[in-house]
Amino acid sequence: MNGKILIADDEPNIVVALEYLLQRSGYEVHVARDGDEALSQVNALLPDLVLLDVMMPRRNGYEVCKAIKARAELQRTKVVMLSAKGRDAEVNLGMAAGADLYITKPFSTRELLAKIKTLLPS
Amino acid sequence: MLHGSVIILTSFAYLGLLFAIAYFADQRADAGRPVIASPYVYSLSLAVYATAWTFYGSVGRAASDGIGFLPIYIGPTLMIALWWVVMRKILRISRQNRITSLADFIASRYGKSALLGGLVTVIAVIGILPYISLQLKAISTSYFILVQYPAIIMPDELGVAPIRQDTALWVALILAAFTIAFGTRHLDTAEHHQGMVAAIAFESLVKLLAFLAVGIYVTFVIYDGFGDLFARASAVPKLLAMMTPLGGVAGSYASWVWLTVLSMMAIMFLPRQFQVTVIENLDEKHLRKAIWLLPAYMLAINVFVLPIAFGGLLHFPDGNVDADTFVLTLPMAGKQELLALLVFIGGLSAATGMVIVETIALSTMVCNDLVMPVLLRMRSLRLNERPDLTGLLLSIRRGAIVLILMLGYLYFKLAGEAYALVSIGLISFAAVAQFAPVVLGGIFWKGGTRIGALCGLLAGFVVWLYTLLLPALARSGWMPIGFLEHGPLGIELLKPLQLFGLSGLDEITHAMIWSMLANIGAYVAVSLSASPNADEHRQASLFVDVFKQTGETGGARFWRGTASAPDLFNLLARFMGWTLADSVFREYAAARGRRWPEDGLSADAELVHQVEVQLAGAIGGASARVMVAAVAKEEALNIDEVREILDEASQVVVYSHRLEQKSRELEAATNELRGANERLTELDRMKDDFVSTVTHELRTPLTSIRAFTQILLDDPEIEIDQRTRFLGIITKESERLTRLINQVLDVSKIESGKEGWQTARVDMKEVIADTVSAMSQVFQERHIAVEISTPDRVIAVSADVDRIIQVMLNLLSNAVKFCDPGKGRIEIVLSEQPGSLRVDVRDNGHGIAPADQAVIFDKFHQAGDTLTNKPHGSGLGLYISRAIVEHFGGRLWVESSPGLGARFSFTLPTGENL
Repeated sequence: MNGKILIADDEPNIVVALEYLLQRSGYEVHVARDGDEALSQVNALLPDLVLLDVMMPRRNGYEVCKAIKARAELQRTKVVMLSAKGRDAEVNLGMAAGADLYITKPFSTRELLAKIKTLLPS
Repeated sequence: MLHGSVIILTSFAYLGLLFAIAYFADQRADAGRPVIASPYVYSLSLAVYATAWTFYGSVGRAASDGIGFLPIYIGPTLMIALWWVVMRKILRISRQNRITSLADFIASRYGKSALLGGLVTVIAVIGILPYISLQLKAISTSYFILVQYPAIIMPDELGVAPIRQDTALWVALILAAFTIAFGTRHLDTAEHHQGMVAAIAFESLVKLLAFLAVGIYVTFVIYDGFGDLFARASAVPKLLAMMTPLGGVAGSYASWVWLTVLSMMAIMFLPRQFQVTVIENLDEKHLRKAIWLLPAYMLAINVFVLPIAFGGLLHFPDGNVDADTFVLTLPMAGKQELLALLVFIGGLSAATGMVIVETIALSTMVCNDLVMPVLLRMRSLRLNERPDLTGLLLSIRRGAIVLILMLGYLYFKLAGEAYALVSIGLISFAAVAQFAPVVLGGIFWKGGTRIGALCGLLAGFVVWLYTLLLPALARSGWMPIGFLEHGPLGIELLKPLQLFGLSGLDEITHAMIWSMLANIGAYVAVSLSASPNADEHRQASLFVDVFKQTGETGGARFWRGTASAPDLFNLLARFMGWTLADSVFREYAAARGRRWPEDGLSADAELVHQVEVQLAGAIGGASARVMVAAVAKEEALNIDEVREILDEASQVVVYSHRLEQKSRELEAATNELRGANERLTELDRMKDDFVSTVTHELRTPLTSIRAFTQILLDDPEIEIDQRTRFLGIITKESERLTRLINQVLDVSKIESGKEGWQTARVDMKEVIADTVSAMSQVFQERHIAVEISTPDRVIAVSADVDRIIQVMLNLLSNAVKFCDPGKGRIEIVLSEQPGSLRVDVRDNGHGIAPADQAVIFDKFHQAGDTLTNKPHGSGLGLYISRAIVEHFGGRLWVESSPGLGARFSFTLPTGENL
């Protein structure tokens, strides 16, 4: 087992693609459909990495990221923000919220997997 | 038998009463409770217009000319209607410039010209002399006749009495003494004679009552009312002719017109009328009542003129009784002793009133505008060094009064016997009419100049002398009568009564035509050819624009120089006495929050002007200017500087008006710009949002497509059902992308107005059925119940069916989005309304907040916070739908309350070209 990853995105087709990719690469994958669900899953699962969409119902990605980074027991959890919002201001907002990586959609699956591998050395 | 002593005693008693009234009024005025501060007293004082001429002469004129006596009273009635425009302006000018007389008024208007003031005075004195002599004649004649009572004998039958018995002389002397007592007891800064005005008002009542008494006696006692009297008169052919205005006896059109014009001028420019109307006026508002009270008085005193004239003519048919005396001789013939005495007193009233006011007005002019300017220029008299000149001023006036009355008596001796009363009066009227062009021109036309006024007055006066005064003297035997019949030196063209061959007119009309022609012609022509100097320019502006100035300090703007307050004080004290000067300075200082003499005063332009104005009240404008100039070293303003001052004031007004307007315009422009800027900022923000939203919306399907294609590419051994599933997703996301691009294109089409939509018959029932079936799978997936209610038959609408389907789909997918999955319910209702079809799409979702209802139709607006509550759509759907519905003439709106679902409705018009 390479590690535990939580996918938080409200766009079902993207979730399908990410789930397939990560499972095939040997990760344990969990899915959340909105911000609140993402946060409760993070607290319950203590994943190694969260793939976090910014525009989600109920609680946006920035808030979820901040909440994760604020908890001591989640210090080791890496946060990768995936967003269709690619402007500098939005990237900076994500970094300010404590994200380890900000990737804009659409992304290259190969690149994404390579970056995740460097974040989660086995 | 009325003994002479009875008449004389009664007369003196009457004069004594007058004096008492005047004394009482003066006392009240000094106590600050004036009795004459009433429009009624003011109006009665104006009735000084009606003199012995009216009292005796109207009947005389009526007896020869019928109603030809009327123009003398029609004129004032016409003129007074214009007073609110003309006289109010003269009043205002006179108050602001402390005008003391008609001469002062004219002199001040034309650059404070002493020469002009002197000329006006000379014309006025010479012109009025016949009029004064008329009063003397009336009093002495009436005395002569009354003293013969009960016999009725005309004075000419008695022959010329020796000087010792010459009543007229005694009358003149007594009136002089009386006038001196009335008018020159003390100096007043504004030439107010309140006592005199009160006495004059009383006299106006007395003469009216006396005349009415005779009228009633003749009409109702001697005869049996108007009807009887006129019936008897009509029986006599000569009298019948008198009752038609223009029947020849009553005078020609021309003489009616000119007599009317003449009296219009007389009511304004006779020195006594100017005195009571302008100088003695206490309140401009009194004019309002006078404007109808004076004509009413005129009417009252004229009602019985014709009855008395006819009564006299019927009563004394052989013509040996002078018609001018009918008023007196009719009661005498009826043995009405007391009535005759009352008539005599009434006549005395009319005559004394005129003489007193006229001589006071003339003496002021003689003193201020004739004697003082000369004396002040005679350095050898050293007037400047005399500490108190008030005594000198009073002496000059007293002397002038005696002189004027003596001259009046002289005229009476020279020419008086040759003319009827009315003819004598008209000669004076014609003289004062010469003032009309320069006064009226002066207050309405800035172009009139000093030299123009001098030429006009002089020309008019000379013509008057030549055509009226000289003939009067010639007829009385003081000049060769051949002068009238053959012209001077035998030149026929210069015959005074047919000047340049103008014949067929009566004397007055003839004289008026030539004198007015000369007067107005010279005034206008010379004024236009000479440019005014600085003084004239300034005064013209002060007079003509009097209503545009504020306060009394208008003239101060034009003074520049150096002076000292004590010098100015001493100057004022010399002419007006220490007490008056002190009170003037104290008032002036108090108005500026200072005390005089403790605090001292700075002798600025305003103080100098104030002193000049006060002095003008005592010695006239021209002399005052000379005196002030001697004390205050004035730097002369040249014409350009005066123009500058005048222009400055008007320019400042114009400039500030322009500034105001500019700043208003600027403010408006700023507001517009701010608005435009806000709209631009908003548009810019919207554009940013649009771009950001569109890119986001495009990226989402792209992300899926890219991810799945890469997965398929990297893993060729992927299981077949996975592959099929992934390819399906790619296809769907591609479609989504296409839809989005089309919507963006729709928006841009709508916005550029180039939509190429087809209009055809659309069956809404069909559209609803098609769209619901197209979306049936979605409804099933989400377990949403759909209810459709439509009428059996609906009328078709005219629209593009594809666009209407787009609207329906959009509304349905919105409804699906907002419904909770599993318990969703959507109601579609189609209904017919007058002129339109209506479609309602109702969901049972969480509803739309009122604040959002207004904006959801905006481009890219999505209900709720876009970050946390992302609806599945581009945010373009409702915007496009509304644009489509509105394009086809309908309306799209929403009604919702949070928690109770939303109902989107649209209408489409029916019945148009279908």
